[in-house]
Amino acid sequence: MTQKRLRTGIDFTWRDMEVGNVITEAGNAALRETGDWRTQRPIVDKEKCNKCGLCWLYCPDAAIRPLEDGYYEPDLFYCKGCSICAKVCPKEAINMIEEEEK
Amino acid sequence: MSERIGLEASHAAAEAVKMADVDVIAAYPITPQTHIPERLAEMVADGELNAAYVPVESEHSAMSTCVGAAAVGARTFTATAGPGLEYMHNVLYIASAMRLPVVMTVANRALSAPLSIWGDHSDAMSVRDTGWIQVFCQNSQEAFDMTLWAFRVGEDPGVLLPVMVHFDGFHLTHVTEPVILPGQEEVDKFLPKFRYPFALDPDKPMTLGAFAPPDIYSEAKVAQEVAIRKSKAVVIQGFREFGEIFGRYYYPVEPYKTEGAKTLLLTMGSFSETAKTVIDTKKDRGESVGLINLRLWRPFPFEELRQAVKGAETLIIFDRCISFGGPGGPVSSEIRSALYGEKEGPEVLSFIGGLGGRDMSAKDFEYVIDRGCEIAQKGSAELFETVGIRGEVTGIRG
Repeated sequence: MTQKRLRTGIDFTWRDMEVGNVITEAGNAALRETGDWRTQRPIVDKEKCNKCGLCWLYCPDAAIRPLEDGYYEPDLFYCKGCSICAKVCPKEAINMIEEEEK
Repeated sequence: MSERIGLEASHAAAEAVKMADVDVIAAYPITPQTHIPERLAEMVADGELNAAYVPVESEHSAMSTCVGAAAVGARTFTATAGPGLEYMHNVLYIASAMRLPVVMTVANRALSAPLSIWGDHSDAMSVRDTGWIQVFCQNSQEAFDMTLWAFRVGEDPGVLLPVMVHFDGFHLTHVTEPVILPGQEEVDKFLPKFRYPFALDPDKPMTLGAFAPPDIYSEAKVAQEVAIRKSKAVVIQGFREFGEIFGRYYYPVEPYKTEGAKTLLLTMGSFSETAKTVIDTKKDRGESVGLINLRLWRPFPFEELRQAVKGAETLIIFDRCISFGGPGGPVSSEIRSALYGEKEGPEVLSFIGGLGGRDMSAKDFEYVIDRGCEIAQKGSAELFETVGIRGEVTGIRG
């Protein structure tokens, strides 16, 4: 992600709205933080992970990124906390924890 | 070269659409609007008008087609009436919020039940808040003029809003009157080619009609509200340009013999022409009365209305719609609100009549004015009064 991520609600006033709310820039949904309504977040246990990539395949929001070392990491800017990754993990290497837990 | 011919309002509007050289017409037939799409379909079939005529399966589809057509930059037209307007209701909001300058004529019709194909303003009042610019016509000439004007104003780069042109079902749509049709060169001078700045284009991808979560929806709505309020300047400019080219001048609020009048009657649409004859008669008798024809309904002409009623003691509003369980006729409550807090503003009285095509003749308008003057002297126990209803109507209080 090379573009700067924005929190739309904070950065836009009514004056910034394009006529008819048209979005003139292609692909800018990537700038939108969709992870802000999450109540639970996934925690990956690398000890258990076998790098099978099922979490990455199943994530409905493409919010899991492959890392260079072969492991996978949820991107919390987009992750809505649906827990599908945790459900499909054959090694039970992903646990969902409450957002409030640090 | 202009010509003066006999046309009903429906055919006059169709002529305006043809002279505006529209690209897309999507309409579903419904009484009393039928003659408009029927005539346009004929023009397209006969090669008089080079447009895509889309015979849709419903009014919801008609407006949806118009939204799509306008989004590619097509000059777009549709027409409907009463229940048809209700059936496309949610798409009306989409057209205005997406700032697509669709033009629609509405042959005003009552809403069921009981089933009525005849005229009143229930349909118009139900779409008051849809974000469309809205005007009312008094006769066939105005049906032509306002339809042409609607394209000019809606498509203005500083406006980009849909425009609704209201004219009364049957009383105008089916009545032949003399209409002056201008020459094409005059129309072309008045109406420039339509250039939609955000037209869908595969070479320039954009997102139209995106989803808005709670943190941006309110901003979108405020931007839309500012846009329709700002459009009033272009509405007036369009009236002026129209007058300069065609010689007929229109205004948001049109006073008729109001100078020095103590009692004013306010009407919309075809009511206004009948009311004028009554004002003439009463003036001849030396009565201190005048008429206001409210042409522009949205954006509401607050300043013009305040100016027009200045000095009057009583302002009688004659509505063709009931706001069930509400404060009276919808136009009257709107005007009460517009004048609220005005120092020395007139007392606003609400009358309702002419529902579901009931004829309101000169004597009914006389009754409204006379009864209004009586209420101004002695007061009324009712929140609003009715005209021509058989049986005593009492107990209309909160």
